[in-house]
Amino acid sequence: MRIAFAAIEDPIKQFEVKSLYPIKNVFGYDLSFTNASAYMVLGIILVIALFGYAASRPSLVPTRLQSIGELGYEFVANMIRSVAGEDGLRFFPFVFTLFFFILAANMVGMVPYAFTTTSHIIVTAAMALFVIGLVILYGFYKNGLKFFKLFAPSGAPWPIYFILIPIEVISFLARPLTLSLRLFANMLAGHIMIKLFAGFAVALASAGIVWIPFALVSFIMGIALNALEFLVAFLQAYVFAILTCVYLNDALHPAH
Amino acid sequence: MPLLMLMADVSADYGEAVKSDVFPPFDPTYYPSQLFWLAITFGALYFILSRMILPKLGANLERRSDAVADDLDEAARLNEQAEDAQKTLEKNLAEARAAARAKSLLAEQTVSEEIAIETQKVDRQIDEKLKTAETRITVVRSEAMDHVQSIATDTTKNIIAKLGFEVSEKEAVKAVEGAMDD
Repeated sequence: MRIAFAAIEDPIKQFEVKSLYPIKNVFGYDLSFTNASAYMVLGIILVIALFGYAASRPSLVPTRLQSIGELGYEFVANMIRSVAGEDGLRFFPFVFTLFFFILAANMVGMVPYAFTTTSHIIVTAAMALFVIGLVILYGFYKNGLKFFKLFAPSGAPWPIYFILIPIEVISFLARPLTLSLRLFANMLAGHIMIKLFAGFAVALASAGIVWIPFALVSFIMGIALNALEFLVAFLQAYVFAILTCVYLNDALHPAH
Repeated sequence: MPLLMLMADVSADYGEAVKSDVFPPFDPTYYPSQLFWLAITFGALYFILSRMILPKLGANLERRSDAVADDLDEAARLNEQAEDAQKTLEKNLAEARAAARAKSLLAEQTVSEEIAIETQKVDRQIDEKLKTAETRITVVRSEAMDHVQSIATDTTKNIIAKLGFEVSEKEAVKAVEGAMDD
């Protein structure tokens, strides 16, 4: 048994960051180009290649790839329009970049042995904090102090405000936390699960003939989880982008 | 996590796999690097998309929707034109039909008028011819009657002469007239 289980690869190992090209001591910080950085670069190259190709073909009747690019454009534009209204479109490039950056990272991460950049809390937290920072800055820039109306929805009888305002403030403060944790935890847990089931399948299969049926079950579970993870990869990118739209809508129209 | 414990147990088998006790996503060693490269890649993607790709893509889409709208407008215009042409055609047809009807009516009238005039003329001619014929008949008859008288007179004279009497012309005429008056 000991030997058999030694075949299981550590499911945590896939999240390790390794330096590929050390850039040490830039103002005291280690800014090495790591495998995580490499996969970020790969992700943006894929996004740029797809949309660059789609944009460079101005044919009236689109080719398949061009059509995919244009669908992506319309998808994000409609998402912003439906959540934040027509004036939310000023954030279109930002939301578009955010959505496709995360989607590319999640999808690249689905390739076996690839690294998932969004499975690191520092990355998702940075993006979430940037979004919330943008919401706060733009909210005050556009509405001034009226932005505080966000915490006091109109139409409630006044005693309610004593409970309502603290709740609203807490929920606002929780936003960066939930936004970053949701994406991070989903990607992390999903990849651990896939790795575990796949690893178990191999380990059980090599443990002896009696274990083969269990190995098969584990293998099928791994495949099912893989399919589920593709869905999660898309869904989490979508959730991140649409919540960004919701928060930007608060900055655009705080009195709701 | 019994599995992890198992891993730790056999870590000697594959050396450096479990080298750090820290869970990698919470290992702050590469946080600055992660943030730095995230900012670089995200910034680059944002710059390239917002400056180069998205405006072009948006313009393409707008041009397409414009083209589609233009085509639809053009189609609507042509359709209207076709409908107008159809209406004009129907109007022209109706007009032509009415004109033809009027013309045929007029022709019918003229023809019947002409027929009437011609009939009258022919009738008149026939009447005239009948009249002349009648007068000729009366003339011929009276002439014939005259001849009858003279024949009768001659016959009378001859019969009387055969009987051996002489009779004058006047007396014979008188006798014939007297007989004829009866």
